Order: sequence, then C-alpha cells, then structure tokens
Amino acid sequence: MSTTLEEPRAGTRIDYLNADYGWKSWLFTTDHKRIALLYLISITFYFFVGGTFAVLMRIQLIEPQGSLVQPETYNRLFTMHGIIMIFFFLIPSIPAVFGNFLVPMMIGARDLAFPRLNLLSWYIYMVGGIFTLYSVIHGGVDTGWTFYTPYSSTYANSQVIPVALGVFITGFSSILTGLNFIVTIHKMRAPGMTWFRMPLFLWSMYSTSIIMVLGTPVLAITLFLLALERLFQVGIFNPALGGDPLLFQDLFWFYSHPAVYIMILPAMGVISEIIPCFSRKQIFGYKAIAFSSVGIAVLSFLVWGHHMFVTGQSIYAGLVFSALSFLVAIPSAIKVFNWTATLYEGSISYDAPMLYALGFIGLFTMGGLTGLFLASLSTDVQLNGTYFIVAHFHYIMVGGAVMGYLGAMHYWWPKISGRLYPEAWARLAAAIIFVGFNLTFFPQFMLGYLGMPRRYAFYPAEFQFLNVMSSAGASILGVGYLIPLVYFVWSMRYGPVAGPNPWGATGLEWQTPSPPPTDNFEYTPIVTEDPYEYSKQEVGLV
Amino acid sequence: MLADIPIYPAQASTIAREVDQLHYVLTGITLFFTALIFLTIFYFMIKYRRRSPDERPRPITNSVPLEVTWTVIPTLICVGIYLWGASLYFTNAKVPDGAMEIFVTGKQWMWKIQHPEGRREINELHVPVGRPVKLTMTSEDVIHDFFIPAFRIKKDVLPGRYTSLWFTATETGRYHLFCGQYCGAFHAGMGGWVIVMKQDDYERWLNGGVFGQTMEAAGESIFQDRGCLTCHLADGSGRGPSLVGLFGKSVHISTGETVAANESYLREAILHPNAKDVPGYTATMPTYQGQLNDEQVLDLVAYIRSLGQTGKARP
Repeated sequence: MSTTLEEPRAGTRIDYLNADYGWKSWLFTTDHKRIALLYLISITFYFFVGGTFAVLMRIQLIEPQGSLVQPETYNRLFTMHGIIMIFFFLIPSIPAVFGNFLVPMMIGARDLAFPRLNLLSWYIYMVGGIFTLYSVIHGGVDTGWTFYTPYSSTYANSQVIPVALGVFITGFSSILTGLNFIVTIHKMRAPGMTWFRMPLFLWSMYSTSIIMVLGTPVLAITLFLLALERLFQVGIFNPALGGDPLLFQDLFWFYSHPAVYIMILPAMGVISEIIPCFSRKQIFGYKAIAFSSVGIAVLSFLVWGHHMFVTGQSIYAGLVFSALSFLVAIPSAIKVFNWTATLYEGSISYDAPMLYALGFIGLFTMGGLTGLFLASLSTDVQLNGTYFIVAHFHYIMVGGAVMGYLGAMHYWWPKISGRLYPEAWARLAAAIIFVGFNLTFFPQFMLGYLGMPRRYAFYPAEFQFLNVMSSAGASILGVGYLIPLVYFVWSMRYGPVAGPNPWGATGLEWQTPSPPPTDNFEYTPIVTEDPYEYSKQEVGLV
Repeated sequence: MLADIPIYPAQASTIAREVDQLHYVLTGITLFFTALIFLTIFYFMIKYRRRSPDERPRPITNSVPLEVTWTVIPTLICVGIYLWGASLYFTNAKVPDGAMEIFVTGKQWMWKIQHPEGRREINELHVPVGRPVKLTMTSEDVIHDFFIPAFRIKKDVLPGRYTSLWFTATETGRYHLFCGQYCGAFHAGMGGWVIVMKQDDYERWLNGGVFGQTMEAAGESIFQDRGCLTCHLADGSGRGPSLVGLFGKSVHISTGETVAANESYLREAILHPNAKDVPGYTATMPTYQGQLNDEQVLDLVAYIRSLGQTGKARP
C-alpha cells in the first residue's frame, strides 16, 4: 500500500512505546495508551485462564457420566469460567483496552479527563483479580457466576467470600472507567467535534459508561449484603433467617442484565467503525445507530425480570417484563439492518477486521433472534435454565462481543503497535473461529430444547451426540483463538511497519503516526467534517 | 446410531403442543431473518467487492422510509409473538378445577413426593394419564427447580414458601424429571422419572407398595400429638380460632388486611403464628419453625384443608 505519509525509519521518532523503557514508566504511567496496554495484557491472561476452564468443561461433557472430574470440581470449573470471563475479560475488554486507547484519540484530546484515576482503575482491577485468583488456588467457588442465595449465602462450602470480594472490588474499576469516559466525552472534544460528528464507537462507549456508573453500584450492594448474610447470619436472603431468596435475584439481575449490554454495546461500536472503513461508505443511518445505543442503555435497566419467569414471581410482573424485553430487541434489529445497508453499493474489501465484523453481524443476529424465544413467556418456561440459554448468550457474548473485540484488535493493532500482522493468517483464524464457534454452540440450542439443563456434571446418554459435536467445535475454536495470540506477538518484532493509516480510514486516530506520540496530536485538531466521509477521500491518497 | 439421536422432545402434556407451535413459528422467524441477513451480506460482498483501490462509492447516508420499515416490521412481529406467548402463559397459569393434588419437597439432592392417599416416593412421580395434576412444592434448603421437559413445564421450588405447577399428561410412559436450578454438588443427579400410567394402573399403584397413612390422617395425628386441638376447638370456643371451614375463605387479620386462607397462609400461620394473627385471639401460639419439617407441614395443611372442604367437625 503506497502512502504519502511515509514513516521515518523505526527508532528515529519518539512515540508512546519507546518514550521510556523502565518498568516504572509502565506501572506508574498515566498515559491512556499505556494503561490500555496494561489492560490488554491483563485481560488476555484472564481470557486464556477462563478459556482453559471451558476446555476442561467440554472434555468432561464428552461422556455422559463425565469423563474428567468429580461433580464438585465441575461445578467449580463452570463457576470460575463464568466469573473470570464476565467480570475479568468481557466487561473490561473493549472499554478498558480500546475505550482507553481510542476515546481521547477519537475526540482529539491528549488524554482522558482524569489520567491518575484511570491508572487507579487498573490497579483496582488487578487487586480484584488477585482475590479471585487466590480463591482459584484455594479451591475455587461453586455457586455459579450468579451467586444465587441461599445456596451461596448459607450452603456453599467454597471460597464465596474472596471471590465476591474480588468481583466487588473490580466493580469500582468499571465505575471509575465509566466516569472518566463520560466526563472526557462531555468536556474534552476538539473544536468542531460536535456530538453528531463523533464516531459511533464513542456513542457506544458513552452508553456503556452510563450503564457502568448506574448499574455497578447495585452489584456492589448486592454482594455486600450476600457477604453480610454469609459471615454474620444477618437474615436478608435466606428464609430460614427471615430473608427473601428472590430479593437477591431481583438485585443481582438489576445489574447483571444491563451488564450484558456493557459487554455487547462496545462491540457494536467497533462494528460501526469497521463496516464503513472496509466498504468505503458513510455509515447508513448514523443517528438511528447512535440513538439505538442510548435506547438500549435505558431499556436494559427495565428487563431484569425476564430472568425470573419461572421463579414464581407474579404473572403480571412476567407480562410486563416480557413486553419490555421484546422492546429492547428493536434497537438491536435497527443496528443490524443499518450495518447491512451500509454495504450496499460499497467498495468492499475482505481484510481481517471486516471478516470479524461480518461474522459479528451474522452471529449477533442469531443470538438476538434466539433471545425472542426467551423473552416470550411460554417458550421461556421450557428453555430457561437449559443449554438453550447457554447457546443464546454465547452467541451474544462470544459470537458478538468476542468477535467485536477481535475485530477491534485487528483493526487498531497497526495503530497500537505500529506494525502489521500477517493478513493471510488473520483471515484463516477468522474463518476457523467462525466455524468452531458455530459447531460449539449451535448443538447447544438443540440440547436445550430437548431439555438438557445447564450446569450438569453428567447427563442422560441420549444427549451425548450433541455434546460431542459441541466439544469438537470447542477444540477448533480453541485453535482459532491461539493463532492470533501467536501472530500478534510475532508482529511486534517482525511485522511490516504499518504507517499512520494502513486502512485508509477516516477518524482522528488515524491522522497521527503509528504508534502515536505520547501526547497523541502535535496540534489540537480542528474537526470540519462528519465522520465516515469516505466518499470525499482523495483518490490516490491511500 | 444417528437414528437414536432425538431432535425434538416428546410431547406428553396438553400444553406441549401449544408451546411447540409457538416454538416452531419462532424457529421459522429466526431462520428467515438469519438467512435474509446472511444472504444479503454474501450478495453485497460479491456484487460490491472492491475492484480498484481508487473506487469512491457515492455516499448514501440514510433513508427515512427504510428506517421506518425496518423498525415497524420487527416491532409488529415482536408484538404478535409477545401477545401469543403471553396469552398462552396466562391461560396456562390457571389450574383447572378438579385437579388432583400431589405435594413435592425438594432437598439436596432428591425429590420427595407425597400423594394425599398416603403413598410416598423419592425421585419418581407416578401420575395418571388424562387427569389434571397440581403440584404444590417447597424446598427444605436451597432453591431447586422442578422441570419435566416432555410436559414443557418448569417452576422453581423455593425454601420458605410454596410454588405450584400443573399439567395434564397425554401419553403414558416414562419421562425425565430434572432439577433445573443449580443447587450444589450433586445437582446433576437430582432427577428421576415421571411415570404416566393408565388410570386403573395408577389406582393399583397407589394401593400397592409400602402404604402409609393418607396425608390427611398423618396431619390429624400431628394435630393431636402436638396439642393443636386443645386450642383450635371446632366450635370456636377455644383459645385459638376454629379451623373448620377455614380453607379457601378470606381471613381478616390484625393489621386490618384480608388474606386468603390458602396453602401458603396456613404454612405461615403454623411456622410464624404472629405474622398474620386473627384479632380476638391473643397471640399465645408458639412458633413451629424448626419443630415441624416441610413434609409434616404439608400433612397438616392437607388435614386443615379437609376440614374446610367436607365441613366435617371432628376436632
């Protein structure tokens, strides 16, 4: 790819990576880009820890009687898989890595509003993570990531308190990150960067931040109450102590349903950047997508009761929560249609980020549509608590959020590292992940409809065939995830120099050198155009 | 081997077919829209693939008619599916009149079943075909969930309260019973079988095996042994209110509220007498929390209910 902004030879220019090499310069940095890398390393570690638990689970389920471990151990495996993947990978993934890296760059700022607070949030995240790892080493926890009472508060004989404390602490890191993004987006936009000139990634970050700031304290309170009951027998959730077991579920899902959107909204933001870039088109329906993000953030707080249709909650509550849950499907559908329409009459190239983005649209569509089965009251009765749910939320969380995350990795890696990864390997990995993912999780829809409950360490023999398919898919998926790990690390040293804008993308982050200098921009940029003005790009510039 | 792999669950209850119709319509909608999105993407990927690096497509930024179309159509579909699913759920929430009753107690990690006629069983539920059956369920410890996939029914079983579930089995046979809510170490083993039998086979089964007292008789013994009858005299002259004809009536309690004397009320009145006491009776009844187990409470409830339904005035 020819470029008029030819890079000087590596090593001659000072950027955020080579400004200082000392360990202190990393551990005490307040540079949002370095903090993003600290997060990147941390969440990659947790992703592979959580993934290892998943591999062990899929090995266990190859045989009906359970081929690997005792039920007590299996219960710890799925619990730790859920807790680590949700609280230590998915929730921080795109916001803490790409949000940190990109929010200031996309609005033309030199850093976030509160750089030291940003560093603090990484330390808080690490302290929470250490509590959780401590508990894994000391036997783990077996309550399921949902910590349902009174099992967790009274009956569980595992490391409930250290893990709950770990999740409690990590929540503050989310709150601080969300707060930082909200203030930054409000106060630090470059001249001319109006709200409707912001890239859609920022709208999704803004919506996500609102959920983080409003929702996470409720989780903290809930876990605090759980700890009170477990440690001091204060009767809050256990009926034997005078408590209400469903109160926990109401409180827990009041946070944890919106948390689903903390995980998926950022991925939607990534897709809204990648699709226009690789089809050289302005995004179709900018405002529809932007307002959908905000709409999802608001509605997400009003649907928690759909997790409780079979708990014996009031029928009328069920009717209301079901209606609201259908409502939250609409903004997601609008986004899918707008992304697809953006491709129309475009100039589409199939670079790796685009493959992930297109994969995201397909898998997210399936994940979203299967959500309708669960929002609908009478079909949910059969499917609630079965593998159908497991398949549904993995289509959203893995098919959606992880595909979005990998799309972001491939799209912005040249900006972050200054290097290109091997494109052929990246496309191959995208294809392997797509195939492996579907083979892993599609059979689980069928298992759930047949009635196989989730969280079973062993199961009736007639479910074996579908479980073997799922385990086979998981092994393919595992390979698919290892390949990028290898070539990203390889590219840091051996990858071709990327140049400031290898994709010919619009957006302020592409107008600085790669890797960017510590202060991002030499001069504060002045924004005069809408985002995604691909049709106005001069021919031959990129 | 492939022929043995089930792809849809048995339909063995009256509601299974209705729920499946909705399930299949939703499956159709899912396949249609997934195919629509995938095929459109593939078509665009091929038709609009980049042919020259100098391509600059004309900008198309939005279209209000299109946005309205793809907002309104999904909304209409969602409203339709919502109304269908909700009305089915609402209709099925009502227990048919004349349903026979069976009582379920969950504990880590077994299901204990009491038939009013006295037969008790563990991890098996025998029921007759073609008759509505109502289950009244509670848990001795954590939250469990009573799930019979072939009947398309599931309900959480909670400690400290009753939940209920009903079904009418339509096919004789053996069907899986699962615990659908994670409940600890041996959760996967907390299951068993629902055995649907012809009516006369069921009668024969009820009278066979180890036969205990009927639940009413067991309740009556507890009522006597625990001294309940010394206060709850039939004519209302005792220190406690008469329980004759109580079940199903409305009770005025001290707070001024009116509550229905159903299973849950009786349970609470036995375990926490002062929570909703009746004016005119000084609160002298001791709490039976921890004194009676859940099965005994169910026996007592069955007994008190028999006083209400037949009007017989033995105590």
